[in-house]
Amino acid sequence: MTLAIEVKQMHKRFGALQALDGVDLEIGTGEFFALLGPNGAGKTTLINIIAGLTLASSGSARVMGYDTVADYREARRMLGVVPQELVFDPFFTVRETLAIQSGYYGLKNNSSWIEEIIHHLDLADKADANMRTLSGGMKRRVLVAQALVHKPPVIILDEPTAGVDVELRQALWHFIKQLNRNGHTIVLTTHYLEEAEALCSRVAMLKQGNIVALDSIKNLINSISGCSVRLRLSPDTLPLPLQPLMSNYEDGYYILAISEYAQLESVMAALRMAQAQVLEMQVLQPDLEEVFVKIMGHTKNPQPVSR
Amino acid sequence: MTGFFTLLHKELLRFWKVGLQTLFAPMLSTLLYLLIFSHVLEEHVQAYPGVTYIAFLVPGLVMMAMLQNAFANSSSSLIQSKISGNFVFVLLSPLSYQEIFLAYVLASVARGLAVGAGVYLVTLGFFEIPVSSFLWVFVFALMGSALLGALGIIAGIWAEKFDQLAAFQNFVILPLTFLSGVFYTIHSLPPFWQGLSHLNPFFYMIDGFRYGFFSVSDISPYVSLGIVATCFLAVSWLTLQMLKAGYKIRH
Repeated sequence: MTLAIEVKQMHKRFGALQALDGVDLEIGTGEFFALLGPNGAGKTTLINIIAGLTLASSGSARVMGYDTVADYREARRMLGVVPQELVFDPFFTVRETLAIQSGYYGLKNNSSWIEEIIHHLDLADKADANMRTLSGGMKRRVLVAQALVHKPPVIILDEPTAGVDVELRQALWHFIKQLNRNGHTIVLTTHYLEEAEALCSRVAMLKQGNIVALDSIKNLINSISGCSVRLRLSPDTLPLPLQPLMSNYEDGYYILAISEYAQLESVMAALRMAQAQVLEMQVLQPDLEEVFVKIMGHTKNPQPVSR
Repeated sequence: MTGFFTLLHKELLRFWKVGLQTLFAPMLSTLLYLLIFSHVLEEHVQAYPGVTYIAFLVPGLVMMAMLQNAFANSSSSLIQSKISGNFVFVLLSPLSYQEIFLAYVLASVARGLAVGAGVYLVTLGFFEIPVSSFLWVFVFALMGSALLGALGIIAGIWAEKFDQLAAFQNFVILPLTFLSGVFYTIHSLPPFWQGLSHLNPFFYMIDGFRYGFFSVSDISPYVSLGIVATCFLAVSWLTLQMLKAGYKIRH
């Protein structure tokens, strides 16, 4: 099977900064994949190398089997990239922009597909407006449209929803999901982990130029054993036997880490013994954010046990 | 080829859409030069026997306008799209570096020729400037604009800010054009400056271009053409190497 994206031993150095330090990554066709990591982890550098915007110091990248350096023309035809920055050419209208972009990819009579994208991204009202006059959200839509003019099998979106309102975000994801169902491989970076969790099947987490986690979201979440219980008690004291379980205390809520649901029973028993009244109780499932925080090595400052 | 033609078309549209600034403004400023210099110097300078100073000046000014505008076109287009970030759309596309080179050079040539032709046609309304060989005129107009278009790509790629581009324009292009014999024949210069002028490639463009009008020149037009063509090939080679390596554009 052809891989949508294949990155081998990718290194990139900018002066003293090692932006990528031996990244290996394989993304299959049809995947909905997220690249996660804090700012400066190397996500955009990796994307830029795959897109040919940046040249690697060493290592190789392929898109649909085409080397991004040796077969750059084929590789670029296979790829649509939505850049992070809101860039546009102030000389042209939306429709002109899309026609020019099609032309760059060698497509002459592309207007029916262009009209379809304009319709799907709700750009019809602005199709003949100059790019300068568009709002930020509209410019973002045009960037997405530009990445799609040549119907690329692989689409990379670099923080497509940064600074985008809720309505557009939902419309955008709806459209992207549809593209994924139609067989396009989607790779995205985002700081909204709940987005990644809701949309993607697999994620890679980057930290200081290295991939520190690469797995399906399900496996990553399962790797965090147990769950937690959030309690508000009256009186506001945690019974002594439960104190070893406490992972956090904030605003009157105790967070207890338990390894399995069965342990809930002993928690309840201990509360009854101490005659503590439960005012509120929630069982919290681990989520991608928790995995992310754990893998990135951030530890929350433990709060003092007693008030 | 569609990709190349699209980029060329886009580059042509870019200056056409702001034609007042990119075509008519340089035409006007060139005509002002002509008005002022011809008025002041008509009595004092006789470049070639039987050729009035105005007739001598017109081809020089036409060539100067072509060279400056060819340079301005590729360099300002590139720096604008680099700074505003939209050059990324060209870089993401499968356009080859040769196609990018050719599109920018040809758009520069188109603007250079448009400005040059415009200036010449307007002067025809006032003065009689006969052309003795259209072929020489065209060949030098083409080669000169293409050379400056390629130089403009280098400057546009090299410059990271507008002031760096302005420095390139003011400290390299402008002195080379002004000191190339637009306003005088270099035979009127002291030997040292005459020798120095021979090192200026712009001198050969102007001299050869003028030959097309009067069949008189300081240097044989074949020699001038050889030198201009060599410069064009060298600058093109350098430009292609820069584009191929992604110098300053694919970090």
